[in-house]
Amino acid sequence: MADSLQGPAAAPAAVELRGLTKRFRHVVANAGVDLRVEPGTIHGVIGENGAGKSTAMKMLYGLYAPDEGQILVDGKVCSWRTPQDAIRAGIGMVHQHFMLAGPYTALDNILLGAEPSPSWAGFLPRSLRPVDRSAARARLQKLSEQYGLPVDLDAPIERLPVGIQQRIEILKLLYREARVLILDEPTAVLTPQEVIALFENLRKLKAEGKTIIIITHKLKEVMSFTEKVTVFRAGRVTGEVETAKTSPQELANLMVGRKVVLSVEVPPQPPLGPPVLELDSVALDRRHGKLDGVSLQVRAGEVVGIAGVEGNGQSELMQAILHPRDPGCRSSGKVRVLGQDVTANTTAEIKDLGVGLVPEDRHQEGLLLERPMTENFLLGLQRSPRFASGGFIRQDELEQACRNAIREYDVRPAAIDLELGRFSGGNQQKVVIAREFERKPRFLIAAQPTRGVDVGAIEFIHQRILRARTEGAGVLLVSSELDEVLALSDRILVFYDGRVAGEFKRGECTEREIGLLMGGGS
Amino acid sequence: MSIVRRVGSVFLVFACLASPAFAGIKVGLVLDRGGKDDKSFNTSAYLGVQQCKSKLGAEFKHVESPDDTSYETLIRSFAQKDYDLIIAVGFAQAEAVKKIAPQFPNKRFALVDSVVELPNVRSLMFEEHEGSFLVGAMAAMSSKSGKVGFIGGMDIPLIRRFEKGYEAGVKSVNPKATVVSNYVGVTGEAWNNPPKAKELAISQYQAGADVVFGAAGASGMGIFDAAEEKGKLVIGCDSNQNWIKPGKVLTSMVKRVDAAVYDTCEAVAKGQFQGGLKRFGLGNQGVDYALDTNNDKLVSGEMRKKLEALKKSIVTGKIQVPDFYKMKGKNG
Amino acid sequence: MESWRGRLQPLAAVLLGLSLGLAVTAVAGENPWNVLKVLAQSSLGSWYDLGMTLFYATPLIFTGLSVAVAFQAGLFNIGAEGQLVFGALGVAAVGALAPGVPSPLAPLVGILAAVVGGGLWGFIPGWLRARRGSHEVINTIMLNFVAAGLSSWVTLYLLRNMDSQNPETRPVGAGYLLGHFSSVFGDAPFSGAFFLALLAAFGVWVLLWKTPLGFEIRAVGQNESAARAAGIDGARIRILAMTLAGALAGLVGVGEVMGNSGKFRMGFSPDFGFVGIAVALLGRNRPVGVIAAALLFGALQKGTAALDFETEHVTRDLSSIIQALVILSVSAEGLWSWMKRRKGGMGA
Repeated sequence: MADSLQGPAAAPAAVELRGLTKRFRHVVANAGVDLRVEPGTIHGVIGENGAGKSTAMKMLYGLYAPDEGQILVDGKVCSWRTPQDAIRAGIGMVHQHFMLAGPYTALDNILLGAEPSPSWAGFLPRSLRPVDRSAARARLQKLSEQYGLPVDLDAPIERLPVGIQQRIEILKLLYREARVLILDEPTAVLTPQEVIALFENLRKLKAEGKTIIIITHKLKEVMSFTEKVTVFRAGRVTGEVETAKTSPQELANLMVGRKVVLSVEVPPQPPLGPPVLELDSVALDRRHGKLDGVSLQVRAGEVVGIAGVEGNGQSELMQAILHPRDPGCRSSGKVRVLGQDVTANTTAEIKDLGVGLVPEDRHQEGLLLERPMTENFLLGLQRSPRFASGGFIRQDELEQACRNAIREYDVRPAAIDLELGRFSGGNQQKVVIAREFERKPRFLIAAQPTRGVDVGAIEFIHQRILRARTEGAGVLLVSSELDEVLALSDRILVFYDGRVAGEFKRGECTEREIGLLMGGGS
Repeated sequence: MSIVRRVGSVFLVFACLASPAFAGIKVGLVLDRGGKDDKSFNTSAYLGVQQCKSKLGAEFKHVESPDDTSYETLIRSFAQKDYDLIIAVGFAQAEAVKKIAPQFPNKRFALVDSVVELPNVRSLMFEEHEGSFLVGAMAAMSSKSGKVGFIGGMDIPLIRRFEKGYEAGVKSVNPKATVVSNYVGVTGEAWNNPPKAKELAISQYQAGADVVFGAAGASGMGIFDAAEEKGKLVIGCDSNQNWIKPGKVLTSMVKRVDAAVYDTCEAVAKGQFQGGLKRFGLGNQGVDYALDTNNDKLVSGEMRKKLEALKKSIVTGKIQVPDFYKMKGKNG
Repeated sequence: MESWRGRLQPLAAVLLGLSLGLAVTAVAGENPWNVLKVLAQSSLGSWYDLGMTLFYATPLIFTGLSVAVAFQAGLFNIGAEGQLVFGALGVAAVGALAPGVPSPLAPLVGILAAVVGGGLWGFIPGWLRARRGSHEVINTIMLNFVAAGLSSWVTLYLLRNMDSQNPETRPVGAGYLLGHFSSVFGDAPFSGAFFLALLAAFGVWVLLWKTPLGFEIRAVGQNESAARAAGIDGARIRILAMTLAGALAGLVGVGEVMGNSGKFRMGFSPDFGFVGIAVALLGRNRPVGVIAAALLFGALQKGTAALDFETEHVTRDLSSIIQALVILSVSAEGLWSWMKRRKGGMGA
């Protein structure tokens, strides 16, 4: 742990953070963060949401200025105000959401902001100099050969797959002569195959002497691709370990601060009951999204997992189930929920049949962040006889239910009047789950149930989903975390481009097979 | 001591003789929403009170109402203090005067442009149609196209009265002439909207009118701008507005609010104030057309002669100018 | 729940605006202390003044509630001005066309007319927003103009008071008139409308914070997609909220027509609808806050009207500058804290 060998004899680190502290008003986002990245290595940075890893990286690449502490590059103290300063010092970042302009070509996107100009134009003001594209093209071609990053420079960005877009982002940094590349959750939007390709590229970069920092929450990736890992918790570094000498279990414990159970124990499947969801060639016209004649069934007592790269129709699928009346959500096909044709029903009517929903984006679709927990618990239940009588809300009943939920789901802090935006992601998700289980759902839709949720809460949420199955509910699980789908689902449907591209039973498939289907192969 | 006192009292007597003996009245002036600087109706009232100050040594204070509900408060505020005469300008204040005046029977009130029948209220009414008739005649005499315009502020009977008188004046000179009429609006805002008035005037000029009479309060400024831009003639209203664009203003239909106000102040100062209706027409110079150095060249000797003749006929009753108030039943 | 600092901020904004206004009067050559004294005295100095202040505050409570209810549903109601015109016109029209209705019934009929008139003028932009997706800010602004135009047409061509130069409707029947509390407030046109405003504020509070419907309104306002996922029909709620907002603004007509002038006078409102936005902002969109803010602005309206009279250099225009500075500083503060909340939410 934290063996900082900073003697004068040691070679200077590619990047070193010393005692970095950053405060936002009253919140201390980073407190005395020390981090040392050796040159020519791949270094993992892990931690739960809000643990401070992103803040530290943002200070490193110049978006935030630290309140205290130092940043050293190649052993020299640096200070910068903007990301431009940082890139000049050789430090660049590939963001989780790419910073690319869709309609422009790959070449133009790479040059944007760093346009080369012919030497004769030196007398002109910068903004008026012509762009010397041919020189840039030649240099880029050399770079992409050297690092094994083939790219069609003339294709518009929006027509390129996500994996290639990411490659362009990396080229962009290389073109700017970055020596340290920070990648924020680089695998979140990739298929398993693309992930493998990415890490091959990163190894190549490392071999060419680049230093790479990966921010991630996926322990598996950290274990297989990095040399060293720095673990963040609550704004501090809780460990800096050599990957070869650690285990996922140890990393998880460091992240959470207690012992966690990583593997999911799946109880035996109960006997299958009647269908809770039947879709019959449900489609959506392309103006509104991707959904192409999807037919599927979920029966009571099973978990059906939807695997797929995000943006392949999973969101549209859920919208079509919940809002079948809305032409923006479903243009044709039949939806049956719990044996009843709901194609013409309102969302409230459908949910009242006994449908629970854990939405994929809880901030957008699940919660009122500026409102206290009580009101969030009430959302969707405001007209249920339990919480409303005689035209008024039963405040006492509601508060009692919230207190019970806090106990049962271990929500922290146990404050029913605190606005929900102040809870951590995991605790917010617990409130959503507590609320949806309050309905005693016979059909549960759980979308990205553990996204942005701390490791400790993941364990709990998985158990809760499986318990619903044991109690006889049917569950539709939608997740972009393939591991999660594989672990929880009795059946797996792979979505690609708005269609079901394949179906597997538990244990009948490999990650590789699913990955191929996710990428559009067959 | 006694010498000092005697000398003092001599001075006092002199002082009294020097300025009129009835000095020292206090006048409160409540202007309507147009405000003191509308260069028209309110300005005229303001000038009248100022004249009282310089000629009669009266003290005065003026206020402008921010909304229609404040008239009452303002009039009451004056009445509660030691003001002898409270002048309310504009028909919008009629109701406020009607309400407050009976509560202060010892105070005197004057109301411009509307009638309130109370012993301590003098209602100052103007025969706008008579003056409008004369400027209508002038417009017809000066027009080469045979087409003249009229732009009213708010569409209310008072302004219709201007319009009808003007129209009759035009026709009396040139029966074939046409009069185009437009109003700026139907709310109080219409008195304060020069851009809209300018637009209307420009469209009238473009339609062939070469003289436009504006009876639009502060909106009138837009009409003057339009006349200058188009190089055509305009007729001002209420105050003498000939000076605003010299050479472009044919004349102004002056409504001597200042004279009426001064007259009332004088009556109070002399202790001769009586309530009731006071009419101001061509006969007592309450309304008139304005001649000064600014429009000297625009009005020929022949025109002047004809105008004086017309004026005489109206005063003696030989010409009956149509009065909108009498055309449409009774009116305040 | 808001911290005490959050509650003090709007108060600080009022003080800032007021001091800026007083500074302006100082530049104009008036003793600011004197100006403040006049403001206080003429708004609260006597029973009559207090009555006037309450009279001015009454429409501001209604419009403030109107804007607040819309805000709670995530809508920006700039149309309170048009809605109150329609409400007042509704009362005046019913009162003029059916003047014989006897007293205990007539005020109720009048209130109903105000609610229907204003509610209609709120329903239209609500419907357009919910069903056609056109933005309520644009629609309500436009409808303000339509209301002004339509009301003048009705006033001048259908219900004109022939006995007056003023553009106004015929007086309503005597049964409609609300009594004045002249033994307390003297001549001030203080009427039962003030109590109706307090009742409306209480009603809004109960609705929004104690009933499922109110919860749905607030949920839609806070996060429409979450409300939608929870099965709340956002379109219906928005139409309802705008209709309610319109009805509240329409109730201004009760105080004006039945409690004050006895008729619809064109241009009677010195922008009550727009000042209502500042009232709602200052009152943090809560009924109690709206009442407090409306009382403050009512006092300011009454006080500034007197400044012209009581001081040497403060003219009508300067008084409106004082008012405007207070409104500006309140709005700026409201906007600022709103943006800060947004930013805080993003950072989570």
